[in-house]
Amino acid sequence: MKTLMLGNEAVARGLFEAGCSFVSSYPGTPSTEITEAIAKYPEVYAEWAPNEKVAMEAAFGASLAGKRSFCGMKHVGLNVAADPLFTISYTGVNGGMVICVADDAGMHSSQNEQDSRHYARAAKIPMLEPADSAEALAMARLAYDLSEQYDTPVLLKMCTRVSHSQSVVECGQRTEVSKTYEKTPAKYIMMPGNAKRRHPIVEQRTAALTEWAETADINRLEDGPDKSMGIITSSTSYQYVKEVCGDRYPVLKLGMVWPMPVQKIRDLAARVDRLVVVEELDSFIEAHCRDLGLQVTGKDRFSCIDELSQNKVAAGLDKPVAQGKKLDETIPARPPVMCAGCPHRGLFYTLAKNKVTAMGDIGCYTLGAVPPLGALDSTVCMGASIPNLHGFTKAGGGKAVAVIGDSTFMHSGMTGLVNVAYNESNSTVIIVDNSITGMTGHQQNPTTGFNLKGDPCTKIDLETLCRAVGIRRVRVVDPYDLDQCDRALKEELAADEPSVIISRRPCALLKYVKHKKPVTIDPAKCMSCKMCMKIGCPAISMTDGKAAVDNTLCTGCGVCGQLCKFGAISAAKED
Amino acid sequence: METKNIMIVGVGGQGSLLASKLLGRLLLTRGYDIKVSEVHGMSQRGGSVVTYVRFGDKVYSPIVDKGEADFIVSFELLEAARYTEDLKPGGKIITSTQQINPMPVITGAAQYPQHLEQTMKAAGIDVDAFDALSLAEQAGSPKAVNLVLMGRLSRYFDFTEEEWLEAIGQSVPEKFLELNRKAFALGRNS
Repeated sequence: MKTLMLGNEAVARGLFEAGCSFVSSYPGTPSTEITEAIAKYPEVYAEWAPNEKVAMEAAFGASLAGKRSFCGMKHVGLNVAADPLFTISYTGVNGGMVICVADDAGMHSSQNEQDSRHYARAAKIPMLEPADSAEALAMARLAYDLSEQYDTPVLLKMCTRVSHSQSVVECGQRTEVSKTYEKTPAKYIMMPGNAKRRHPIVEQRTAALTEWAETADINRLEDGPDKSMGIITSSTSYQYVKEVCGDRYPVLKLGMVWPMPVQKIRDLAARVDRLVVVEELDSFIEAHCRDLGLQVTGKDRFSCIDELSQNKVAAGLDKPVAQGKKLDETIPARPPVMCAGCPHRGLFYTLAKNKVTAMGDIGCYTLGAVPPLGALDSTVCMGASIPNLHGFTKAGGGKAVAVIGDSTFMHSGMTGLVNVAYNESNSTVIIVDNSITGMTGHQQNPTTGFNLKGDPCTKIDLETLCRAVGIRRVRVVDPYDLDQCDRALKEELAADEPSVIISRRPCALLKYVKHKKPVTIDPAKCMSCKMCMKIGCPAISMTDGKAAVDNTLCTGCGVCGQLCKFGAISAAKED
Repeated sequence: METKNIMIVGVGGQGSLLASKLLGRLLLTRGYDIKVSEVHGMSQRGGSVVTYVRFGDKVYSPIVDKGEADFIVSFELLEAARYTEDLKPGGKIITSTQQINPMPVITGAAQYPQHLEQTMKAAGIDVDAFDALSLAEQAGSPKAVNLVLMGRLSRYFDFTEEEWLEAIGQSVPEKFLELNRKAFALGRNS
């Protein structure tokens, strides 16, 4: 039966049909829904790991045991998991192993737009790249066959527009696949003597896969009558090319972007007047063509910045570009904001008020950087806040803190805290514990007490953990209580030793969180001082010169009321 | 058939995902090729959000580009005005007249433009602006504004009311079915 499926759901369906039985991932936009979808199949064990490196290593362990395994992550997650990636390329697999990496060209929800295809070449691992949901399903299945046939992990590369687009798929049946484990030290113990013998095998494997690439159906030549141009492309870029050119020119669509075919590309080049590569982000296919000594154009016409679109491809191919009518009016931007009732707001207000340098991290709380709060000084990558602070403090940078979420702390914040304790920097680390992984849409993590399937499980106690690594000053505050936050911040900054403040309150969007009635504002008492506007709450605005509350948004958290010196804002009476 | 393009725009959290789900179900029963492109993650947090729905004999690109939209369905007036450049010449904007101040307006850094409906019409844009929020409240919940908008959009398609209602039945939970049908009918007929 034909059905509409999100690209990520189609990957999950492909894993299921291929007989995958072990999944370990860390959430990250745009990859998250793959693992959420696979968790709904009872035949498959699925978990959230604390980070991508752990996920990949766990998936490798399941592969050793003979099961078809999977781990999924966003592009920057693959940086975290790069260490095992480069070596499991050498060991190869027992049960098939597939690693999905989802890039975010255009940075819809990311801190950079790196091109993950480079990892496939660098780690010498084959990479498949689907262009829609049907291909995502089919390639997830194919990836397991390749993995076992060529004894290699296989990378499945998604991108925002494939992951988060629904298109038509047809589902198939699940096939159960399982092998047994046999002790094979020469293959799985990568000490130098063994690794030296494995490296040539890896090179032979790439050569064999290059042979396969010459005849594989997924590297498809779609012929066209006009030979003035031949196009090589993949993924969504293929869709844009077809949208613009239809069937006019010969198009080589690569379903496997590493390793790439040689003869197939030479054949196309020989049949057309000029060769054009249309690809998103970096020159990768184009660089391969140049390595083959071919005359080719690409990045001189299609930018390596931002995602492509049909209009950009049309412009790059000198075709007519559709145009619309822009209004003369200035339209104010609508940037994302911290939700009304967000527990992070009170904490960030306290940081801004105390003019503290704050090293930020990755999560919803990155929004503490935007006006009017403007409370952050740096955001680099998962877990960076604590080491950033440590270095800043040791180097005499001044009064500073680190701000990191509960899930991010579990991901890669702990080792940073160990460094603070071990090398004794007088750092104040603030863990903003909203009891969920918020940014990616509410995933459980080791501090929540629930696993991916929603079952109760071991809950890591943050206070105990921080004390165990050697931090003696650990305290918990309620971010809805501004006085408490202010006192804790001042005292911990003044203390002559490292400390951790846990700012704890669950995300206001969690279903179990009960909201209070909206606050009420007495316009007669409002002196229009705009103090309540300093917290950047979307539920408060100035209407006719007086503060006003939007009852549909306000959760009654009461942070605004604590700022009003005139008693104009009061909590509604509860029934 | 040439590919048709619909954009659903609004403020993160307004319910555009249900609207696109409904359209997807409806179009699938008619045997069209379909692509629906959504936005997840950071931009959902009260930011400006866009969903693309494309259908036809064969749909390639998952997104709608500048000058391509046959319809822009907007939950909010400023968002309708933001995306006029995406409208195809001869395309139509269907928008709720609801206004939600973005943060730069709340903080006083920017002004919410006045008379946007007139500005769009003066620029020669075909705009069907109406108070979808009141109709949703009349149906029983302000959250049903997505179905009111879909009801309005349905006027411009040749699907029967039964086909729409069947797709609604497949897209919403049983206990909200009556509310959503009512909201759809109010958008379609008023």
